[in-house]
Amino acid sequence: MTQASTVALKRTPLHALHVSLGAKMVPFAGYDMPVQYPAGIIAEHQHCRTGAALFDVSHMGQVRLDGRDAAAALERLVPGDVVGLPVGRTRYTLFTDEAGGIRDDLMVTNAGDHLLLVVNASCKDDDVAHLRAEIGDRVTVTMLDDRALLALQGPQAVAVMARLAPDAAVMKFMSFAQFTIDGIDCWLTRSGYTGEDGFEISVPADAAVRLAQRLLAEPEVRPAGLGARDSLRLEAGLCLYGHDIDRTTSPVEADLGWTIPKRRRAEGGFPGASRILAELAHGPSRRRVGILPEGRAPAREHTPIMDADGNWIGDVTSGGFGPTVGGPIAMGYVDVRSAQPGTRLDLIVRDTARPARVVPLPFVPHRYFRG
Amino acid sequence: MADLKFTKEHEWVRVEGDIGTVGITDYAQAQLGDVVYVELPEVGRKVTKGGDAAVVESVKAASEVYAPVSGEVVEVNNDLTGNPALVNSSPEGEGWFFKLKLADPGELAELMDEAAYKKFVEGLS
Repeated sequence: MTQASTVALKRTPLHALHVSLGAKMVPFAGYDMPVQYPAGIIAEHQHCRTGAALFDVSHMGQVRLDGRDAAAALERLVPGDVVGLPVGRTRYTLFTDEAGGIRDDLMVTNAGDHLLLVVNASCKDDDVAHLRAEIGDRVTVTMLDDRALLALQGPQAVAVMARLAPDAAVMKFMSFAQFTIDGIDCWLTRSGYTGEDGFEISVPADAAVRLAQRLLAEPEVRPAGLGARDSLRLEAGLCLYGHDIDRTTSPVEADLGWTIPKRRRAEGGFPGASRILAELAHGPSRRRVGILPEGRAPAREHTPIMDADGNWIGDVTSGGFGPTVGGPIAMGYVDVRSAQPGTRLDLIVRDTARPARVVPLPFVPHRYFRG
Repeated sequence: MADLKFTKEHEWVRVEGDIGTVGITDYAQAQLGDVVYVELPEVGRKVTKGGDAAVVESVKAASEVYAPVSGEVVEVNNDLTGNPALVNSSPEGEGWFFKLKLADPGELAELMDEAAYKKFVEGLS
């Protein structure tokens, strides 16, 4: 268990708070981040499924796009519907590349006179450079380094937010609104990465600790780290960039074809459209699926997947223990002929074939607030 | 306990006669976090000092458990199969992994005693 040097790691505005809460800090995407607090990953995970968990996701990139036709410009880089995104609504989409791979996944919000993006920490500098290079003549791209990002997730998140900003309670899943909470300018989306109801809260960096402490003072709220964030999103069947999706996976292979609406399928006009549209029409050769191991042994990322005849058909891209499921769970890519739920597979863990089967995602039902 | 010995890989072995009981230390379980799965060796398997003997998995990752000394596995802790969290709650007691019939008791001299291990761990943080 060697400790990586933390000298060069960046810190979020909440770093000192994490340390004071007893967090175990680890390097993640260039940041020194809390992987867990003293309660531990399983307790933090369970609390998010029953109460309200507070995550620091300030390492993620918050990017503002200004420009009269910013939505149309952004559509040159993503296959989602941005032009048709109403004011005050948020949508999940993907930056694709010319080969039809995925450069990053992101949330885009129509904030009225501008767009707000939330992108992955490990991709954010590349994303901003990409935006400036490709559509910089049509939009002004601003990395909002002066804002932190908190996620309050869980069935009791809404009760907590309602105390601080009553109108937040009526926000629907994937909507956006601005609130002033204790004099702090907060941008809320009703969204998250856990499968639970909840909010992501963009807050000025210099007020982030104050808001976090205000939230942690509420009886329902406990801090949760990246470890629980990962087990929660895996149970929710959500992709982790760099693992379940990357430049080598297409949106259709990743089972993210639902992010590409009819108009974009008809018009194309996004990077990699020829491959992606062909896969939508004719089906991909492999597909991301949920995998349930039969025994107790977790199957980790890169575990080889074999079909019933002993042929290699793909690899696990995310795998571990699901605290709510109460056992091991995984996602991975398999040949489409083995992608049907119920298909029996073998996972090769430590040179031993271990039986598993394809299951529908998510492992734990989503509980978003749709009004 | 004078007969409790430790490795730099954070295993412990407690020797009674020619039988050594093996587990991972409190420091190791704290580093791992919540243990969710333990894979134990088969009874009768011969293990060599420093070689793979078992696997312990937390929510986050899998880690090898090495044999502190050479010998033949004579018993494993089947309670860990149904309740791997014993490794967290009682790492040096009910959370033991397996028992070995020692092949060479002389190997014990190469391990750390409790005071030396404590000093070793303090040097890690």
